[in-house]
Amino acid sequence: MLEESREELMRFMLLFSRQGKLRLQKWYLATSDKERKKMVRELMQVVLARKPKMCSFLEWRDLKVVYKRYASLYFCCAIEGQDNELITLELIHRYVELLDKYFGSVCELDIIFNFEKAYFILDEFLMGGDVQDTSKKSVLKAIEQADLLQEEDESPRSVLEEMGLA
Amino acid sequence: AKYISQCIDEIKQELKQDNIAVKANAVCKLTYLQMLGYDISWAAFNIIEVMSASKFTFKRIGYLAASQSFHEGTDVIMLTTNQIRKDLSSPSQYDTGVALTGLSCFVTPDLARDLANDIMTLMSHTKPYIRKKAVLIMYKVFLKYPESLRPAFPRLKEKLEDPDPGVQSAAVNVICELARRNPKNYLSLAPLFFKLMTSSTNNWVLIKIIKLFGALTPLEPRLGKKLIEPLTNLIHSVVLTTVLPGLSVAVLISLSSGMPNHSASIQVLTWLWRLSAVKYLGLLAMSKILKTHPKSVQSHKDLILQCLDDKDESIRLRALDLLYGMVSKKNLMEIVKKLMTHVDKAEGTTYRDELLTKIIDICSQSNYQYITNFEWYISILVELTRLEGTRHGHLIAAQMLDVAIRVKAIRKFAVSQMSALLDSAHLLASSTQRNGICEVLYAAAWICGEFSEHLQEPHHTLEAMLRPKVTTLPGHIQAVYVQNVVKLYANILQQKEQAGEAEGAQAVTQLMVDRLPQFVQSADLEVQERASCILQLVKHIQKLQAKDVPVAEEVSALFAGELNPVAPKAQKKVPVPEGLDLDAWINEPLSDSESEDERPRAVFHEEEQRRPKHRPSEADEEELARRREARKQEQANNPFYIKSSPSPQKRYQDTPGVEHIPVVQIDLSVPLKVPGLPMSDQYVRLEEERRHRQKLEKDKRRKKRKEKEKKGKRRHSSLPTESDEDIAPAQQVDIVTEEMPENALPSDEDDKDPNDPYRALDIDLDKPLADSEKLPVQKHRNAETSKSPEKDVPVVEKKSKKPKKKEKKHKEKERDKEKKREKEKKKSPKHKKKKHKKEKEERTKGKKKSKKQPLGSEEAAGEPVQNGAAEEEPLPVRGTSAPPPRTCDIRGSLQEDSQVTVAIVLENRSSSILKGMELSVLDSLNARMARPQGSSVHDGVPVPFQLPPGVSNEAQYVFTIQSIVMAQKLKGTLSFIAKNDEGATHEKLDFRLHFSCSSYLTTTPCYSDAFAKLLESGDLSMSSVKVDGIRMSFQNLLAKICFHHHFSVVERVDSCASMYSRSIQGHHICLLVKKGENSVSVDGKCSDSTLLSNLLEEMKATLAKC
Repeated sequence: MLEESREELMRFMLLFSRQGKLRLQKWYLATSDKERKKMVRELMQVVLARKPKMCSFLEWRDLKVVYKRYASLYFCCAIEGQDNELITLELIHRYVELLDKYFGSVCELDIIFNFEKAYFILDEFLMGGDVQDTSKKSVLKAIEQADLLQEEDESPRSVLEEMGLA
Repeated sequence: AKYISQCIDEIKQELKQDNIAVKANAVCKLTYLQMLGYDISWAAFNIIEVMSASKFTFKRIGYLAASQSFHEGTDVIMLTTNQIRKDLSSPSQYDTGVALTGLSCFVTPDLARDLANDIMTLMSHTKPYIRKKAVLIMYKVFLKYPESLRPAFPRLKEKLEDPDPGVQSAAVNVICELARRNPKNYLSLAPLFFKLMTSSTNNWVLIKIIKLFGALTPLEPRLGKKLIEPLTNLIHSVVLTTVLPGLSVAVLISLSSGMPNHSASIQVLTWLWRLSAVKYLGLLAMSKILKTHPKSVQSHKDLILQCLDDKDESIRLRALDLLYGMVSKKNLMEIVKKLMTHVDKAEGTTYRDELLTKIIDICSQSNYQYITNFEWYISILVELTRLEGTRHGHLIAAQMLDVAIRVKAIRKFAVSQMSALLDSAHLLASSTQRNGICEVLYAAAWICGEFSEHLQEPHHTLEAMLRPKVTTLPGHIQAVYVQNVVKLYANILQQKEQAGEAEGAQAVTQLMVDRLPQFVQSADLEVQERASCILQLVKHIQKLQAKDVPVAEEVSALFAGELNPVAPKAQKKVPVPEGLDLDAWINEPLSDSESEDERPRAVFHEEEQRRPKHRPSEADEEELARRREARKQEQANNPFYIKSSPSPQKRYQDTPGVEHIPVVQIDLSVPLKVPGLPMSDQYVRLEEERRHRQKLEKDKRRKKRKEKEKKGKRRHSSLPTESDEDIAPAQQVDIVTEEMPENALPSDEDDKDPNDPYRALDIDLDKPLADSEKLPVQKHRNAETSKSPEKDVPVVEKKSKKPKKKEKKHKEKERDKEKKREKEKKKSPKHKKKKHKKEKEERTKGKKKSKKQPLGSEEAAGEPVQNGAAEEEPLPVRGTSAPPPRTCDIRGSLQEDSQVTVAIVLENRSSSILKGMELSVLDSLNARMARPQGSSVHDGVPVPFQLPPGVSNEAQYVFTIQSIVMAQKLKGTLSFIAKNDEGATHEKLDFRLHFSCSSYLTTTPCYSDAFAKLLESGDLSMSSVKVDGIRMSFQNLLAKICFHHHFSVVERVDSCASMYSRSIQGHHICLLVKKGENSVSVDGKCSDSTLLSNLLEEMKATLAKC
């Protein structure tokens, strides 16, 4: 059984809307663009075709797909081998909670307009497909501080710019 | 799409701007477009630019874009190495963090190799935020660059006891993942993990640890025992405290792989069952446990059967899978019965078909191992034929045939059932659909024909088979009908003749003659052929019968003998006899070769394939004898070979043939004749009775200890309890071992996949570190950075100065040759060469000193990867740049290309041999290294020689420069293999190439009148410098300027001189040098003001040293 298992970690995470618009994608295993596109398209079809009462897991290709729908957004993760589906489901939920905390009752539009923030949060939470920090507090703290740093950066920018131009 | 392409154009415009903020915004937009599926690989370079922005805001966006769009095929990725390294050592933890996060997404083997050491250093960073990330990314690095595992492992182990829980859990994660690849190397960590498990309160960490133990326990059984107690405690507490039922199931699943005792886990599992959310997982867990502990799951059969009623199809299918695994002799009938009711209830053909195949799978698995009563199975199959619209008619048919052939005892029953099937009309109704249920008739007809001796009312069946409606069936079924009608006919004929009913026999023949023409008219060729052939045969028989000749004997001789099942692989397994070339033609190829009949159709012995007899005439006696022997063997083992055929086989009867397989007597306690189509339920009841009886009998036997040779099998042990093994099957399955020839070759075992990326991680971590396994360390750089980042600045300056110096020296040398030809006034080259050498030595010495210091400090800091080898670190000779060496007959048109040749002198100061040197230079926008065709930007350019100790050599490289108005520096790395007695190490040296403006100038002679014209033209801009404190003579001063800055003197009047030079891109530079008292002033005029001011700056620096 051990020999069978290969990549244990998350392969990728996708966020897409009910209309099949991709909102966020994160690949933890380097994949070529073409392959990515194909997989995203196929997976979206499969997931969107499922009925609301069906269970959150499905086997697709050689992967296990864990998805959950929050309002109009589907959060969808692909894991491999022996990895645990429920943990993944829990991860998805954690991520949604984080988004919720950060944006303050998050909605799809938040993610569209601040997609880079959504990525940053995801990056703080998961790294290379593995949980980085399970504590919501510490993730949010890291993000807030990074944002703070960014704001500090932004204010003196114009002055520096002038200097740079001159 | 139009809008998008417009946007992309806009973005391209934005990227061209200098403003980094605009660029970052553009990259951000690109990232979004990438998500929408647009290709942004063309912007990779811009992304790197944004990544290298100094401000966090932009850096963050740059890294995000990189992590989204880069993959291993991205060729610019190599350019990021130094940038990432810089960010990793940045004082801001967020810079480092963002770099680590980005890296985790696009780490390549090269990046992993180059950065492994930097990341390792970060693992002991003061901030837990960084430590955590560094630890996690190590896993990715290990995957890409497995050599780093051993050196990094001790530190990883330390991190397990990190005070910060985040770091701790990261370390647990990484080790857990590693251990699952290759658990045995991590056994030594078990006590540590045990401690963690009992002390940790973080559920996430706990799960990982338990997963890890799941991997470890199979290797160390003692561990399992030790774990039971804490684990069961854990299970209970987790179940009670956590709101996440998922976690506990996660624990259970990981448990199942290694735990010896499942009672507790099963208990919890069933408790969890009530929560519908985890039903699917529960089933999954069950199926895992099933593999190791089938019995404990079997008791939950009812629960699983309930799942079949679930709404979600995937749950139902899971449950079916589970059922497949948990059937036993005891519960098979019950389970199948349950499934049958589901078949009736199920809506939707796909699910019903799935059920049907599962039923057949379950029953037929491992050669009908669990079937105790084949009559029951046949009746199940017959019941399944009532399903409408199934696609698996063929499957059922195959099962029927298989069972009828293999289980001799069941034939009589099977025949009676099949004749009933043939009789019933409902199957014919659905005949339109190919592969539909009508396929069953194929099996039914064949069984009735082949085993016609068992038929109760053969005449009746014959009529059923000759019904006109049969012609609506698909062709291949009709063909079988025709064939088997004859068999049946032969049988009837024999019966009638034996009974002396000549009239009856004639009546049957008449029936045949009447009915067969309907098949002769069939559209199917096969049917037509067979039918017309048989029609003639029957007509012939009719004639004979008319003469009162007994024909039955001869007719039935047509179908004598038995057919045996042949395993699909049997033919493949027969080894090719020596000397037999299967590819060679035996005869000249015929245009239309006969196709061989497939087994189910090979009803006639006459049609069976004969082994091609191929006997080369030149073979000698001995060879012939040997072959005969071999053939004998094969024939005995080849079920296709006709055993009952006369003479030749007789001699070999001592070899075990199919006939010798012991076929156990039928248990006559079951009434074989069940009228009509019986319900399978009856059999369940009967079976119970039979078992009961068997048990009673057994008891009796035990008491009396007397053999009762009457019925059934007596092979069972005398254990009174009724276990699985005790239930003797009512019929024996004739699993013919000869299905496979005896000398069959064992099938090739699947080799372990050599491409398995994780195999590389199979590294023994307990071995001590060997010197050669050190990570490639950029030693001096490391030392610099580990002290403080500010220190970087002076060092860089030191470095950049040196090349300049050397550069000039070198150019001098080169120009000497030119100058000689051009007959210009110059110093003697001899003298210069000497000087040059001397200076070089001095310089390198000095450098050695400056380098040793940081090394020493690093050792003091206790870097584990450092050892004595550092002393041998080769010292590089810095690169020098020079204009392209002009060959003597050059016409002075240097504008053709903006190329600069850089000659690099490499001197080996170590005691090792340096091999495989490779120079990689980080191109800037402005300066590019000219590389051999086909190599990509991050490929190193090989140095075309090796360096034994103490030897120096020069390599030349060409650079293309876009703009020459500014001086610039290029960063590069020289990688090489240092080989000495202790082995070879792979090492690297960073260097910088300094392209000064002067190096773009070429000495060009100019006449004073032309010079005057240039100055008068007025399109030159002017600038001047003044340097004080010059003591040198004016003559020497001019020589120096000519020397270092490639000028030539146009005119000299007293302490005043005019000089001229020209750049490779054709800028004119005119100088007026005046010497005052202790000072020199230089006024310059040039067509490019930037170039001029930069040149004068450089000149000022040179003069200041005078």
